[in-house]
Amino acid sequence: MDAKELIARRVARELRDSTLVNLGIGLPTLVAHYVPEGMLVAFQSENGIIGFGSRPPDGMEDPNLTDAGGGFISALPGAYAFDSATSFALIRGGHLDMTVLGGLQVDARGHLANWLVPGKMVAGMGGAMDLVAGARRVVIAMQHAAKGTAKIVPELTLPPTAARPVSLVVTDLAVIEPTPEGLVLRERAPGVSVEQILALTTAPLILPDTVPEMTL
Amino acid sequence: MRKAISAEQAAAMVPDGASVMVGGFMGVGSPHRVLAALVARGARGLTVIGNDTSRAGHGIGVLIDAGCVARCIVSHIGLNPVTQQKLIAGEMEVELVPQGTLAERIRAGGAGLGGVLTPTGIGTVVQDGKQVVTIDGRDFLLEKPLRADVALLHCYEADYYANLTYRLTAQNFNPLMAMAADLVIAEPDEVVPIGVIPPDHVRTPGVLVTHLVKRPH
Repeated sequence: MDAKELIARRVARELRDSTLVNLGIGLPTLVAHYVPEGMLVAFQSENGIIGFGSRPPDGMEDPNLTDAGGGFISALPGAYAFDSATSFALIRGGHLDMTVLGGLQVDARGHLANWLVPGKMVAGMGGAMDLVAGARRVVIAMQHAAKGTAKIVPELTLPPTAARPVSLVVTDLAVIEPTPEGLVLRERAPGVSVEQILALTTAPLILPDTVPEMTL
Repeated sequence: MRKAISAEQAAAMVPDGASVMVGGFMGVGSPHRVLAALVARGARGLTVIGNDTSRAGHGIGVLIDAGCVARCIVSHIGLNPVTQQKLIAGEMEVELVPQGTLAERIRAGGAGLGGVLTPTGIGTVVQDGKQVVTIDGRDFLLEKPLRADVALLHCYEADYYANLTYRLTAQNFNPLMAMAADLVIAEPDEVVPIGVIPPDHVRTPGVLVTHLVKRPH
């Protein structure tokens, strides 16, 4: 199993029945492939639909039906399409149970940076600031480190996405929960030791007596 | 009964230096024929308000490629390297606005509101220079309304009164922008007789639409 699949499978275990969930562009979209059997989760795409499905067969694409990255999708029975103000009213108004977003950095207080690398990458925040400010639970799905450089750091060096801390961070090495006391190491990936995680994390981690392996 | 205009006539109504709202999300729900006509007429100095600058050669991206845009107010430019290059080279200004805030600022502009209060952006660079208003102990940013000289929309159906419908994710910012500009030009995929669109299905009433662009043959 590659790192992305592992992260997506672990995040999928955070899904709950009969909830509304928004998946960010990139790695987070993979989570939709691992919804536990029998569970009904409504996925929102911020560009204006609840209840989208996978890309239709070749030649069946609808130019008026895409995900937030512009990729073709389908609509499931019972889907609902809406404008951008409604989309963000759902996000900001407490109607969104969970969002899964990518991250560039998370700091010791659980603050996220994911939209700008000064001088290098100007992506723009898109919907990320609204999602972190408004979703009930914010789960970050990201690689633990970028080519050996820690992404879970004492203080953000990149511009923050929101003042509010995220709820959970799932990486290819660990599950980390920001709490008022600091970042708690909740789980480790199969075959990964606590020492390996600490070596690639510059933020202080609180270590409970036991740090079990992830269940996927 | 309305008289439809050509995409070229529509482009001629957008003066150089105008502020222009353009519907669409990554080009989905953008008025592609009018955008092409704006490029062909060599528009310059536009301020473009839209969700994103799409990708190079597509949607709002065609205006960026052709140098029509002096400034854009958008939530995302990450999928268009040309916008990023022009921003870094100082050839274009970019104001980045959180997507939900952009939608609400446009809605406020069309709804006669003095602005909106949103928690989005508190504690980030988006807060810089803005008033923070505390309501019942919670902080909000005061975000001002946005209006434009022209709104360029895409719709699915238009009837002869220019009542509009949208389809699926091509709706996005279009119905909001239809309320927030002095001149509203809509480019339909289909034109249908009056009465074909049931009243409950009309998303933008024809009274808001200044001009309808002819459908392609």
